[in-house]
Amino acid sequence: MTIWFENDKKLPQGRLAAVSYGIVGLIGLLLFGFWNLQVLRTSYYAGMAERNRVRSIPIIAPRGSILDRSGRVLVDNYPSFSVLLLRDDSKLTASLLPQIADGLGMTLSDVQTQFDAAKSLPDFQPIVIKPEASPADIAFIESHRPDIPVLEMMMVHRRRYGENDFLAHAIGYVGEVSTEDIAASGGRLRSGDVTGKSGIEKQYNDALMGTDGLRRSIVNSVGKEVGQLEQQEPTPGKPIRLTIDYDLQSVAEQAMAGKMGAVVALDPRSGEVLAMVSHPAYNPNDFAVRIPRQEWDQLNDDPTKPLLNRAIQAQLAPGSVFKIFETTAMLESKAISPDFKVFCPGYATFYGRVFHDAEKPAHGEMDLHDAIVKSCDVYFYNVGQRLGVDRISYYGTALGLGRKTGIDLPGEDSGLMPSEAWKERVFHEKWYPGETISLAIGQGATEVTPMQIAYTIGGIVSGGVFKQPHLLMSDQPAPEVDFPISESTVDFITQAMYGVVNEGGTAAAVKLPGIEFCGKTGTAQVISTQGKKNAKDKSGLNNHAWFVGFAPRRNAEIVIAVLVQGGGFGAVGAAPIARDIVKAYYDKKAGTFTNPQEYTGNPQPAAATATAQAAPAPAAPPADPSASGETK
Amino acid sequence: MRERSGIRDFDWWMMTLVFAICGISLLEIWSATHASHLAGMQWRQVLWIVLGLVIMLVLSRVNYHTILYQAPLLYMIGLAALVAVLLVGHSRFGAKRWLPVLGEFFQVSELVKLIIIVVLARFFSEVRTDRLLLSDLIKAGLLVGVPVGLILLQPDLGTAMVLVPVAAVGAFLAGLQWKHALFVVALGAMLLPVGWHVLKPYQRSRVTTFMRPEDDPRGSGYQILQSKIAVGEGGFWGKGLGNGSQNQLGFVPVRYSDFILAALAEELGFAGVVITLALYMALLLRLVQNAQHAKDRAGMFLIMGVTAAIGFHVLVNAAMVIGLMPVTGIPLPLMSYGGSATLFVFLALGLVMNVRLRRFVN
Repeated sequence: MTIWFENDKKLPQGRLAAVSYGIVGLIGLLLFGFWNLQVLRTSYYAGMAERNRVRSIPIIAPRGSILDRSGRVLVDNYPSFSVLLLRDDSKLTASLLPQIADGLGMTLSDVQTQFDAAKSLPDFQPIVIKPEASPADIAFIESHRPDIPVLEMMMVHRRRYGENDFLAHAIGYVGEVSTEDIAASGGRLRSGDVTGKSGIEKQYNDALMGTDGLRRSIVNSVGKEVGQLEQQEPTPGKPIRLTIDYDLQSVAEQAMAGKMGAVVALDPRSGEVLAMVSHPAYNPNDFAVRIPRQEWDQLNDDPTKPLLNRAIQAQLAPGSVFKIFETTAMLESKAISPDFKVFCPGYATFYGRVFHDAEKPAHGEMDLHDAIVKSCDVYFYNVGQRLGVDRISYYGTALGLGRKTGIDLPGEDSGLMPSEAWKERVFHEKWYPGETISLAIGQGATEVTPMQIAYTIGGIVSGGVFKQPHLLMSDQPAPEVDFPISESTVDFITQAMYGVVNEGGTAAAVKLPGIEFCGKTGTAQVISTQGKKNAKDKSGLNNHAWFVGFAPRRNAEIVIAVLVQGGGFGAVGAAPIARDIVKAYYDKKAGTFTNPQEYTGNPQPAAATATAQAAPAPAAPPADPSASGETK
Repeated sequence: MRERSGIRDFDWWMMTLVFAICGISLLEIWSATHASHLAGMQWRQVLWIVLGLVIMLVLSRVNYHTILYQAPLLYMIGLAALVAVLLVGHSRFGAKRWLPVLGEFFQVSELVKLIIIVVLARFFSEVRTDRLLLSDLIKAGLLVGVPVGLILLQPDLGTAMVLVPVAAVGAFLAGLQWKHALFVVALGAMLLPVGWHVLKPYQRSRVTTFMRPEDDPRGSGYQILQSKIAVGEGGFWGKGLGNGSQNQLGFVPVRYSDFILAALAEELGFAGVVITLALYMALLLRLVQNAQHAKDRAGMFLIMGVTAAIGFHVLVNAAMVIGLMPVTGIPLPLMSYGGSATLFVFLALGLVMNVRLRRFVN
C-alpha cells in the first residue's frame, strides 16, 4: 500500500463531535416540523382530509305539490338528473371545461360563463351546469370519472305543471336561485337550488320547498366512489291546497282561449278565489328546467306581455262598471234623492263642452234603476256633477278602489282612485270640473284591476263586507274590511244589476234561466287609458270589454270579473265568459257538471235564445260613450 | 497483512437500527399498497434488502484501502457512466437516469454518489495540512463539480444536491476555514440567479410551488399539499396502520416511495414519526461514532461521506414531506421502496462496515 494513508491517525475529533450535534439539531428541527403539523394544526388538516375524501351531493327535497280545492293535483313533480360541476379545485375544473362542454354537448362559452358566474361562491359548493341530463350525459360522466373527476349527478324533482298554460299566472313558476337570492337567504339557499319565482310558488315557497338532504360518499384520489357515509335525509316540502276549483278554472281558461285579458271568480262570502285566468299566458313547464336566455327574453319582450298577471296587474279604466260605485255613493251619501230623474237626449253639455252618450237614439227620461240597466251616461254625468269629485273619490276609496285587495300573490297592483288631492300631489295641477264628468262614467284617470272589481263588487252586494281574496285554502276566516252599506242600497243595486241581465238591459244576451245572474257591463276606452302613443295601432284602439257578474241576487255566492282587452263592448266581449262560469258553478252545485268543454264555444240553448231575443242589442249597443271628455 | 476480523466484529448496533428501519418500511409499504394493484410490493423490497445485505457483506471483505487506491479509476468509470446515461439512457418521467442492467433499470447517479464518496475520502485524506488550503478546496470543488454538472444534465437535481453535503462535510472535517466557507456561501448566493435560468421548467415550478403550494393545488403543489394533509391529519397517535384515508385513497403521492414518511405519519402519527426519526438519528450518530474510531483519516472520511449522504437524504426527504423543502425526488434511505436507492444504502453501509472491521488491524 502506498504511503498516503499510512500512520495518519490524527482525527478531527472536535469537528466530528460538532457533526454529531448537527445531526441531533437537524432531527430535532424535523420533529418540531412534524409537531407543528400533527399536534398544533391537526384539526385544520383533518378538515382538509375530510374534504378530500368526502364528496357531498345534495339530495333535493321534493317540492310540495299544489292541489285544487277538492284535492285534485294541479302541480306535482317528476324525477330527473342534473349535472353538477364540482369546484373544490377550481384550477383543475377550469382546465377541464373544454372537455366537459364537448362531452355534455354544450358550448364552451356557455360552460365558461356559468363557471365564471359562480366565482363568488365558496369553492366547496358545486354548481348545476346542465339541469336535465340525457342518458348520453350520464354515460359520459360515469365513464370519465378518472380523468374528469369534477362532474357529478344529482337527482332532482322537476315541477310538472298543468297542460298548456293552465292557471299559469296564479301558480307562477320556479327557477334556479340567482346569486342575489343566495346572498339574501342567509345560507338557506345554495347554487342550483330551485325556488319559487312568481305566483303561489313564490308566495308559499317556504312551505313548498322543504329541506334538502345530503348524500355523503367517500371518494379516492381519482374521484371514484369507494364508500358511503350516513346520509342526511331530505324533508319534503308540504303540499298546499288552493281555493281554485279545477272545473271552473277549466271553463274560464277555455272561455278566454285566444283572448287577451283576465277572469277572476271569487266567493264573496269567504274571499276564496275559485278561478283566476290571465291571457295570453306562458307555459310554466318551460321554466321547470332552466329556461334558455333567448326564450326568456322573448317572453319579456313580447308586446302581449304573457308574463303579466292581468288579473292583478292590468290597471285599466273600469268604464261603466264604475256606475255601481257612483250609485253607492249617491244612495249612501244621500246627497241626491233616489228618485232623481234626468232626461237623456243622447248628450249633455257641461262647462261648455258636449259629452255624448254611447247610445243613439236617446234614452229619454231615466231614473236611477233604468240608468243602470241601460247604462245611461247622461244620467250619470249629472249624478257625478252633483256629487262632486271628493264624494265620489271618498266612496270609491272606501269601497276598495285605489288599494291592493291583499290577495296572497306577489306583485299585485293597487289601481288608482283619483281625487283633487291626488291630482295636486302628482301633477301639481287643479282638478277641472270637466274631469268629474268623465270620472262619473269610469273614464279618466281611474284604474282598476280585474281582481279589484271582483273584490269590490262582491263586497258591495254583500252589504259592505269585503273579504280579502286568497288562493290558499285555510280554516281561518279571511281578514275583511267593513264599510257597512244600508240594506236599501244593497237591495237597490242588486235589483238594478239583476235588471241589466234579466230585464232587457245591456247584458240581456247572457241571461241564464233559473239563475239569478246579475251583472254590469263596462267598456273602457283605450285611447284615454293607454295614451295616444297607441293611436296608430288599429287593434289597440279596440275598446276593453268589462263585465262583472254575480249570483244569486242576494247573498251572492260567486262574483266574477271579466276583462277582455280589445274585446269591444262589455256585453259582447266579456259577459258571455262570466255567464259560462256561473252556469258551470250552478251545474256543479246541482251535480250535473260533466265536462268543461260543454260550456265554451257551445252556447246553451237558453243562452242562444237570449241572444235571439236581444237581437237589437248590436243595433242598440250597450253602455259607454264613444267619445268622452278625455278624447276631445 | 491478514484480516483477523469476523462476523462478530460486525457493527451489530448499526445492523439492529438498519433492520428496525427496514421493518417499519416493509410494514408501511404493505399498508400503502395492500389494497391496490401494487399489493405485494413489500416482498420485492425484501428481495432488495437481502440483495443489499449480500453486497454489503461482499464489499466489507474488500479492504477499503484497496478501494481508495482505485479512486481515480472509479472516478473515470463514474464519469463515463454519466456520459453514457445521457447518450443512451432510458427516460422515465422526462429525465434520463436509468441504464438497463440485468433486466432492471438502475439509476447510474446512485452509483456515482458512492464513487464520489470514495474519491473525496481519498482526496481529503491526502491533504496534509491541519487547515484546508483554498487551492485544495477549489480542487475538491472541481472533483465534485464535474459529476454534479453531468447529473444536472439528466436532469436529476436531487442526486446532484446530495454530492454537495458530502463535499461540505468532507471539507469541514479536513479543516475548512471559516473565511473560505463564507466565500463559498457568498459565491453560491451570487450564482443562484444563474442557476435559476439553468433549471428545467418542471424544476422551477417545483421550487415556486414549494414556496406557495396553495397556488396550484392540483398541479405541482398537489403533492406537497396532499403530503402535508396526510401528515397533519395523522395527529399524535395516527389513524392506525391501513386506516389513513389520505394514504389508502391514494391522495398521498408515491406513498410507498418518496412520500412513505407522509403515509407513516398519517397512520402511525407523531408517535410513529418520533420513533422513526429517533432510529435515523441513532443510526447517524452510530456512523459518526464509527468514524471517530476509524483507524485512519481515510476511513473517517469514507464513513463521514456516507453519513453526510444518508443524513442529507433523511433531512431533505422528511423536510419535503412536511413542506419545508421542494419536491426533489430524494427517497428516504431504507424506508422508501426502490432497488437502486436500497442497494446504494447497503453498499454505503458496506464501506462503513469495511472501515470498522479494520480498526484494530495493524
